[in-house]
Parts: sequence; C-alpha cells; structure tokens
Amino acid sequence: MTSRRWSRALALALAAVLVATVSACGVTRGGDDPDNRRLRMMIPNSPGGGYDLTGRAAAQAMEQEDLTGRFEINNVIGASGTVAMQRLLNEEGAEDVMLLMGLGVVGAVFTNKSDATVDKATPIAGLVAEAEGILVPADSPFQTLDDLVEAWQADPSSITVGGGSSPGGPDHLFPMQLAQTVGIDPNDVNYISYDGGGPLTTALLGEKIDVGMSGLGEFAGQIDSGELRVLAVSGAERLETVDAPTLREGGVDMEFLNWRGILAPPGISDKARQELVDLVTEMHGTPEWEEALERNGWIDNFMVGEEFEEFLIEQNDRVESTLKELGLA
Amino acid sequence: MDLLLDGFATALTPTNLLFAVIGVLLGTAVGVLPGIGPAMTVALLLPVTYSVEPSSALIMFAGIYYGGMYGGSTTSILLNTPGESSSVVTALEGNKMAKNGRAAQALATAAIGSFIAGTIGTVLLVILAPNIADLVVKLGAPSYFAIMLLALFAVTAVLGSSKLRGFVALFLGLAIGLIGTTTGQARLTFGEAKLADGIDIVIVAVAIFAIGEALWVAAHLRRKPLDIIPVGQPWMSKSDWGRSWKPWLRGTAFGFPFGALPAGGAEVPTFLSYITERRLTKHPEEFGKGAIEGVAGPEAANNASAAGTLVPLLAIGLPTTATAAVILVAMQNYGLQPGPQFLDANPKLVWGLLASLFIANTLLLVINLPLAPVWAKLLQIPRPYLYAGILFFASLGAYSVNFDAFDLALLGVIGVLGLAMRRFGLPVLPLIIGVILGPRIEDQLTQALAISQGDVATLWSEPVAVVVYIVMALLLVGTVVAGRRAGAVQPDPENQNKQEVSA
Repeated sequence: MTSRRWSRALALALAAVLVATVSACGVTRGGDDPDNRRLRMMIPNSPGGGYDLTGRAAAQAMEQEDLTGRFEINNVIGASGTVAMQRLLNEEGAEDVMLLMGLGVVGAVFTNKSDATVDKATPIAGLVAEAEGILVPADSPFQTLDDLVEAWQADPSSITVGGGSSPGGPDHLFPMQLAQTVGIDPNDVNYISYDGGGPLTTALLGEKIDVGMSGLGEFAGQIDSGELRVLAVSGAERLETVDAPTLREGGVDMEFLNWRGILAPPGISDKARQELVDLVTEMHGTPEWEEALERNGWIDNFMVGEEFEEFLIEQNDRVESTLKELGLA
Repeated sequence: MDLLLDGFATALTPTNLLFAVIGVLLGTAVGVLPGIGPAMTVALLLPVTYSVEPSSALIMFAGIYYGGMYGGSTTSILLNTPGESSSVVTALEGNKMAKNGRAAQALATAAIGSFIAGTIGTVLLVILAPNIADLVVKLGAPSYFAIMLLALFAVTAVLGSSKLRGFVALFLGLAIGLIGTTTGQARLTFGEAKLADGIDIVIVAVAIFAIGEALWVAAHLRRKPLDIIPVGQPWMSKSDWGRSWKPWLRGTAFGFPFGALPAGGAEVPTFLSYITERRLTKHPEEFGKGAIEGVAGPEAANNASAAGTLVPLLAIGLPTTATAAVILVAMQNYGLQPGPQFLDANPKLVWGLLASLFIANTLLLVINLPLAPVWAKLLQIPRPYLYAGILFFASLGAYSVNFDAFDLALLGVIGVLGLAMRRFGLPVLPLIIGVILGPRIEDQLTQALAISQGDVATLWSEPVAVVVYIVMALLLVGTVVAGRRAGAVQPDPENQNKQEVSA
C-alpha cells in the first residue's frame, strides 16, 4: 500500500469516528423538539472551580431530566467574575441566557471598580451555600477559636491569614468581617491571597501561614488525616462531615456563608423570568440535584422571587461597606 | 507490580481500548483548536465520559487528556499558533522545521518525545508519589522566587547576537506582563475589566508568532517569488534519532520536578529545556532555523511536567494547575477522592488510572505517528490560502479563550508588534519568557514579603533558595571567567598584564 493510500484511509477512518461520535451525542437529546429551548449559561470562572461545578451540576440535572434542551456552557473568565457580570448586563433583554454567580462576583465588581453591580441584573434563584472554615496546621499553637482570637487581638498584623480568593472574594471577606466582629481593624489584617484551594493547602501544610480561611470541600483529605485542624465553621449549624464548632459556639457572634445563585440579564419580560424561575425550581426537585448537593457538601440555599431579591441587595450592601472600610471599593 | 498488571487487565478489554481510541481522537481533534488547552479540552469533553461505566470512563478520559496535550503541539508546529502556554516554545523551532519541509520529523519527535517523557514520568510517579509529596510543600515563596530568578538569569543565553535587541525584547515582554491586578490594585489596565487578569499568554504567543508572521509575509509577498515548501522525507532519519534521544531525556529531567512542584508549571521547564539544548547542541547554526533538538526537548519537558503534576494530585489531593483541577473534578465524579490515604485505600483504581494513562500514551503514539506525514501535507497548500487558514485559526483561538471580540483587538495590536519585531530584528523568545516569568516572579516576591511583613531576609530563609542563589553565583562567576579567557585570546596588552599579575 502506498503512503498516499495509507493517509487517505486514515483520514477517512478519522472522519468516520468523529462523525459517529458526534452524531451519537446528538441523538441522546431531544434537542430539536420545539418545547426544549436551548439555553446558555455563563460561568464566571475557570473550569474546575466552585462556580463551574455548581453551574455544570445544575445544567446536567436539567438536561438529564429533560426539563430543557441542551445547555451551552461558557466559561467567561476575567477579573474574578466582573467580565461575566458586565457581559450579562450587555445582553439586556436576552431571554435565553443565565449567569451562575455568587458572593465572590459581588465583591469582585467592587474591587474592580466596575459599574456592573449585581443589583442591576434580574435575580432568578439562590442555589447553594458553603460554610467557610478556619484551618490551622496540625502543629499550630492554636487549639481553639479562642486561642486564635486572643493572639489576633493582641497583635493583629503578626498573624498571617491565607485565603483562596483574591481581595473581594469570600475567603477575603470572611476574615475581614470576622476581624470587625472581634474588634480588630480590618486594615490591620495581614491577608495573603492564594490562587485557589490547592496553593492554600500547600501553604498551610508547609506552615508558611498561620491560619487559612476557605470552604472546606477541597481540604477533606487533610482534615481526615489530621494534617489540618478546623478551629470553627462559619455557618449557623455544624457540618456533618467536620467535627468543629460553629463561630457562635466558639464565642464569636457572627455567621458567614459563601453562596451561589443564578441571575438573568436586565430587561427580560415577566413571562420569561417566570419561565426561568420555574425551570430552576423544577431542577431543584430532581434527584440528580439532590445527589450533587450531597456529593459536594453544599448547603441547600434555594430561594426565588422576592426572597432572593432582598437577599441579593442585603449582600451587595454588606460587601460594599466591608470593602469601603478597606479602601478597596 | 501485580496491581499494575491487574490495572492493565481491566484497561485492556476490547471495549475499553475502543473508548481509549475514541478518547485520543476526540482529545486531539479538540486540542488542535488553538486557544483550547488541555484543561478546556478535558472540561468540554468530560460529560461525554459520564455516559459510560467508570473503568471505561477513566481510560477514555486519559485518552482525551493526552490527546488534548498533543493537539496543542500540532498547531504549534504546523501553523505557528500554539494552543496553550506549554507548547509556545515548541513553535520556535518546530514551525521553522515545518517550513524546511521537516514537519513530519518535528511532529514525530514531539510524539515520541511526549511518549517517552510520559512513560518515564508515569514510572517516576509510581515510585515517588508516596514520598515526594511531603517534601514539596516545604518549598515556599522565597524558594520559588529564587528558582524563577534563576530561570530569568538563563534568558541571557537566548538574547541572540545583539544583546541590546535581546534586552529590548525581554523588557517588552516584562512590560506586557505588568498588565493586570496585583494585591487588589489594577495596574496598566486603563480601567478595562477585561485586562484585569493580564493578557493571556496564548494570545500574546499567537499574535507574535502567527499574526506577526502573516503580516511579514504579506508585506513581502510581491517582492519574493513563491517558494514551495519541500515535501521531504516522511520519517525520522537516523541522525534525527541520534539528535533527539538526549533532549528527550533531558527534557524529562526538567519537566517532571517542575510539574511536581505546586508552583512549578509546564512553561518554565519547556524554555529551560530549550535553552539547555541550544547550549549543548552540536549544530548551533541550526537553532532559529529549525533544530530538531529544540522540539524534542521542550515537548518531552511538557509531557513529563504533566505526569509530575499528578504527584501532588494523587499523593495529597493537591491540584496545582488548571488541568489538574479539572482532573480532580473528573476523578471525584468517578468516585475517587485523591488525598493522603488515597494510594493505600484505593490501590485498584489508582493502578487502573496509571495503566490507563500508559495505554493512552501508547495509543497516542500509534495513532499520531502515521498521521504525521498526513498533517505535514497541510503545508503544501498554496501560501495565500495557507496564511488565510493560519489567520483564521489564530483568530478562532484568540476568540475561543473567552469568546470576546476584545481579545481579537488585542491579537491585532500585538500582531503589529510582532511585525515590528521582525522588521527590527528583535528576537521573540525573550519577549515570551518575559511575559511568562514577569508576573510569576512578582507574585512570589510579593507573597514572600507579605508573609514576612516586609523583611527582606525572608528571601534567603529557605535552604532551597540559598542553594539556588549559590548556583546562580557560580554560573555568574563561570560566565565572567569564560568571558575573560575568551577576551584574553585577543592580545590586549594592558588587560593581559593585569591577568598575569592577578594569577
């Protein structure tokens, strides 16, 4: 066989496999059914992150249960979500698009001094929430939340606090609001920003920082093995998976939740809005979603309508005031 | 060992092999699109693997992963449009080789090098994963700063014949790297949120390489006769093998440790490998014109680094790169939770995964080696159409990073810079290195100083950092002495006397 024939045969085989695979994907969904609208979802961060997990889990639950046609998922990366937020506002009146967002996006919009604040969009639904945890390495002198708070109050800047988000993100907002609550000027907090949970874990295990603040999902292995210790969790209730007191039980009167939800562009019709709300409500009832909540250790934070709208405005104001005090907004 | 064989037994059923083949093809097909790196490829195709049973999904996933990585190198070599940051260096010599009619050899040395590096990397992973993990977390920002500084120091080797032009290119790169947000403050973003994360290295590389080149060719198209790209031999010759095997091994030696380091990454080892090959080669005249060593080394480094990334991931559950984060998500979806007890608790699954990686790697080689000459024929398309195609792919790549027209504008602006650099003879590699290293060096420095609250002594507080500084000092002394010796050959009486006195 000449090399020319060879290549032709190979090219044909390649094309055949591709076509077969692509069409196999096509027939599994009733995408051409007029009842099944095609929707777009924007994710404000890179693949593999918390927003991405939540968004893809929600989209998958909707697709699997045939609540809608296929989702076109798009990671709009930039400025911790500010770019995605701006993009959503630019899509004014578009009734087929939603943005998965959360507390971090609310903060990023302020730190990036953008006008694209979340109160301008159409709120659809709150989905999940995650408690933050206060983590120290196994050899840390801090055994309880009290130990930490005492040392922190005595000399605020001597304690290095690491978090997995840039300023304005949940891991940054949490220590700042915690400092405010225990009477420390947030401007004195020595916050070190790491690029996500992975590098933060490394810094904690290598004892480069004194304490880490982050959602606990990415630390499960280290917590189980005893390499990291959780001093407290930030939610109203203890977590099933982690043996640690809440802030209130530890003597600090505050609660903090990192939440994620869905927004639609401004200027969509009430009918379209209601359709999206109904769709997400239906999604919330599926076993798929139930399973995703459990698998990822997310707290069910489902809310729609006025409840979510008020929640969004309250969060927006609170974040703005914290960041203003730090001179970041 | 028995466990590994068990792993192979599960992975090698006909059905699973078929899934592996589909995975490799899909991964390569999507990975070929510039701007879509392995992380995005895996994220895009992950849902496809959910519909099959876990052991098949695992092997299909391994295929997608390796296919995605190889796809990026293919466009680097053929179209001068790297799909991801780790195959930027490949484009330097790879595309020159392609233009000389040696695309098939470049693709082959990349494929075989990737295979060898991936295999050695997987073996090292098996041996080292349980032990190395505790060590890597001891390295902090001061050590990384020192290592990055050493890498920047190495750049002086590739400044080219004119040091001035080399430094101009380097500082242009560092200046582009300054754009973005540091410690919460925007810098050089001109109030544009889309610049807040800096400019993606893929956009810079595609613009400088592909757009700059297309503009340059367009500017000269009428003056120069059309030279047809020769077809050349389809396979690697004996001398190609001879010149490739050492760079493969050296590239692996660079790539694996950097991959295993939490802040190491794949970019730094690829250009360290390139610089080393350029220093050690017996054919220095070919560098910059298509030296096979310059493809073999960086491609091996790239793949070895990917295997290295799995060390912290499997041993302590640490995803250190975007790709690793996606892999972690995939594994969690298959019911695997990497972490400290992972290797002991799930031997069967871990060995199944390692066997899958090995098989995927082999399949990639088997499928892509015969395809290399087919791909290479792409370059025989008449030049106007070829460059139209390159521009199309370059724009598609830049656009698909974020689906944003803004990136196309950036591509145009930096493309014009690329044209200007060709016009004024500025080397491109220092610029690319500046863009990659600048922000990283700065990050590590600010982090080290923030933790120490401004105490500079922290920079030499870690043993690794001290060792690196000593190496740097030795290299510096070595360079100066070598320079003096070279100078001493030229009879400069005054200088010579001084040297004799000091001796």
